[in-house]
Amino acid sequence: MELDRRAWVVQVMGLPVSVHLRGPEVRTDAVAERVERVFAELRGMDAVFSTYRPDSVLGRLGGALPDPATTADPVVREVVELCEAARVRTGGWFDARRLPLPGGGTGFDPSGLVKGWAVERAARHLADLPGHDLCLNAGGDVLLRTAPGRPAWRVGVEDPDRPERMLDVVERAHGAVATSGTARRGTHITDPRTGRPAEAVRSVTVVGPELLWADVYATAAVARGADALDWLATLDGYAALLVDVAGRVRATPNWPGSRPAGQTRAA
Amino acid sequence: MRRITIWLLSTVAALVLLFSYKTSTMGAGGETSAIASGSDGSAGSSWSGTDDSGTDGSGTGTTGSGPSSGGTSGDNGSGGPSSGSGTATGSVARTRWGPVQVKITVVNGKITDVSTVQVPDGNRRDQEINDYAVPILRQEALVAQSARIDTVSGATVTSDGYRESLQSAIDAAHLR
Repeated sequence: MELDRRAWVVQVMGLPVSVHLRGPEVRTDAVAERVERVFAELRGMDAVFSTYRPDSVLGRLGGALPDPATTADPVVREVVELCEAARVRTGGWFDARRLPLPGGGTGFDPSGLVKGWAVERAARHLADLPGHDLCLNAGGDVLLRTAPGRPAWRVGVEDPDRPERMLDVVERAHGAVATSGTARRGTHITDPRTGRPAEAVRSVTVVGPELLWADVYATAAVARGADALDWLATLDGYAALLVDVAGRVRATPNWPGSRPAGQTRAA
Repeated sequence: MRRITIWLLSTVAALVLLFSYKTSTMGAGGETSAIASGSDGSAGSSWSGTDDSGTDGSGTGTTGSGPSSGGTSGDNGSGGPSSGSGTATGSVARTRWGPVQVKITVVNGKITDVSTVQVPDGNRRDQEINDYAVPILRQEALVAQSARIDTVSGATVTSDGYRESLQSAIDAAHLR
């Protein structure tokens, strides 16, 4: 018997966020109320972290790095600490400290980490729904959970040059699929070594257990450029697919889709 | 279940057509157009395997759908995951170098392999077909599969770009 499935879509953090649930109670008010809590939390985090809002905590700082020792808000402290951990884990290729700000100039902008972190955090409101499967897509970054015995979710990996087509399809029951790149908004990932937009890589998709880290690794790989695949292959528990500016498609050896490692685009 | 079987067969037919096109344009003077046999109704594709309902046993033959009925556009409208497994063998396509036939292997509703079961022999085209056309077939099979994905991972979709996105179509199918 086919499982009942229901979707909710809300625009939040400047992104379309889709929640899909499969399970027996997706039409109940109780489940709908849980989903609403997910969106409410994301709105709350946007009010704290958006660099586009002058009245947010980050907006008021105007690019200054919040001092973890004196910052009262525990979520701000957590994000500052995670940004530093991300900088270390990526060898400096993810660096939130000197990014171009929406209002001009450069400064601290944790947006590249906050999305994955906030989505993982908000998804906790749907954690204890036994017998229900979750597929949460926030602007192209996907978080997945599946109850025992259920089919995995099928995640299409978009072709950066032809968004209506898929480069590959991966089946995942749990974890994350995150893609960063220059396809949708033009070049918006900054190379921390030069301060200029990174342009050598069109897109990187990372599959792994945690959305926060899959997203951070994908962003760092785009900034890193041509040799990013070798670095991605060293990440324990994560696999990646990379499209370079010439249109070559390559994957790490542990990539779960149907593209063999190192395969280039046919035709 | 029937719908999925037909979907696969139409994909095979479309793949055979594509295959024919690519091979017929590979060499110099490719004026010979290849014709998939499905177009004249003389031969069909076959499907063997199991599926969700189990009503189609192994080895069940089905006459092929003509190329006109299928396509790789990925909007065949089949919904929900399929757990069908088995192989689908396409019609024999006549190319300028001889008959070509492909086979698609499906495991739990996912195309896991596309291979040639019959290629022209006696010349070096075999290798060329395998090196050149099979990767294309694999890619097209993936495109055809995109009709049955649950979600799309891509570079950041903004609110503006969402309306035209494949994700919005997937979402719309389940909003109620």
